[in-house]
Amino acid sequence: MNDSVATRAAQATPPGVARRVKGLSDRAIAWIFVGPTIFLLLAINIFPLIWTIRLSFTNFRANRPNREVEWVGLRNYERILGDSDIWLSMQATAHFLIWTIVLQVLIGFTLAWLINKKFRGNDLWTTIIVLPMMLSPAVVGNFWTFLYQPQIGLFNYVITWFTGADPSSFEMLGSVNLAPWSIIIVDTWMWTPFVMLICLAGLRSIPDYIYEAAEIDRASKLRQFFTITLPMVLPFLMLAVLFRGIENFKMFDLVVQLTGGGPGSITELASINLKREAFEKWRTGYSSAFAIILFVTVFGLASIYVKALNKVKER
Amino acid sequence: MTHFFSGLFRFRRGAWEALATVIIAIGVFMLMQPFVMWAYTYSFITTLIGTLMFIIVSHFPSD
Repeated sequence: MNDSVATRAAQATPPGVARRVKGLSDRAIAWIFVGPTIFLLLAINIFPLIWTIRLSFTNFRANRPNREVEWVGLRNYERILGDSDIWLSMQATAHFLIWTIVLQVLIGFTLAWLINKKFRGNDLWTTIIVLPMMLSPAVVGNFWTFLYQPQIGLFNYVITWFTGADPSSFEMLGSVNLAPWSIIIVDTWMWTPFVMLICLAGLRSIPDYIYEAAEIDRASKLRQFFTITLPMVLPFLMLAVLFRGIENFKMFDLVVQLTGGGPGSITELASINLKREAFEKWRTGYSSAFAIILFVTVFGLASIYVKALNKVKER
Repeated sequence: MTHFFSGLFRFRRGAWEALATVIIAIGVFMLMQPFVMWAYTYSFITTLIGTLMFIIVSHFPSD
């Protein structure tokens, strides 16, 4: 009964190991535990980052490793920041980013607000709504490609049912006007549950007595929503917006599965453009500079995200 | 507003972090806006300045 976990662990340690550990300071033991993680972090994250920064100042091409590498200074950065094609891919990313966030926040918050009401089958509905988020983006991309098929796809038939248009008269993935919306619809379908869960956490953190006090003061439901619910859920919403913003800024897999950046380059997001520059055109130095620009942007957004997270924690 | 400016003058974390956040947000907007090319050209340096500033000022004392 008196044996604590520490005592039992000490008893289970072989005598040889115990003798060796006895001579070590607490700091040394801490380093032994943390050391492998720091080593892996340096090898997998920090070293490639430093190497990419170095490559971004050169004209290195990975498909010609024996060619002499020249130091080009800031030329790669100047070319990227003056390249209208990359600017267009940034605009495509912005279009995707803004609409997915707007739709996900609106639908996610509405769903969270509805789920927060007590009704029969509440847990079952929550599970059903959350299901898309648990699927792999590759799987989602594949089955939405089938859903979007103009001849056999369910999506076109549903639209026909509402609008009366011929199902084969429009092609979601092949049309220049509709393709950007097709990827927005899929991402919204997949990630709205995530926003809903964050909003639900925010809604459930509001104590009931605040609403009870508002009821006593005869505040209407609309007033309660705008003066209690919305301000108190706002930090959580902000968190969801930043998290989805960062994730969608790096979006690659889902869009590659659905459109591959096409038709033309209308859905070619920044990450797809980067992959083409790096592994199709083999402009490694140029694409390294591009990657650094994207990294700094994501890092900046992540800094804001951490700040927002701390604000939520302070509550 | 006065609190914000006094925070800037007294090198307080809150005010400087807010300023860095605004600079990062402006940089990201400049990178993705469809209006003028020069804004896109200078977006990276703006975001970089904001991000480096954020890293530095997060070590300033709190209010």
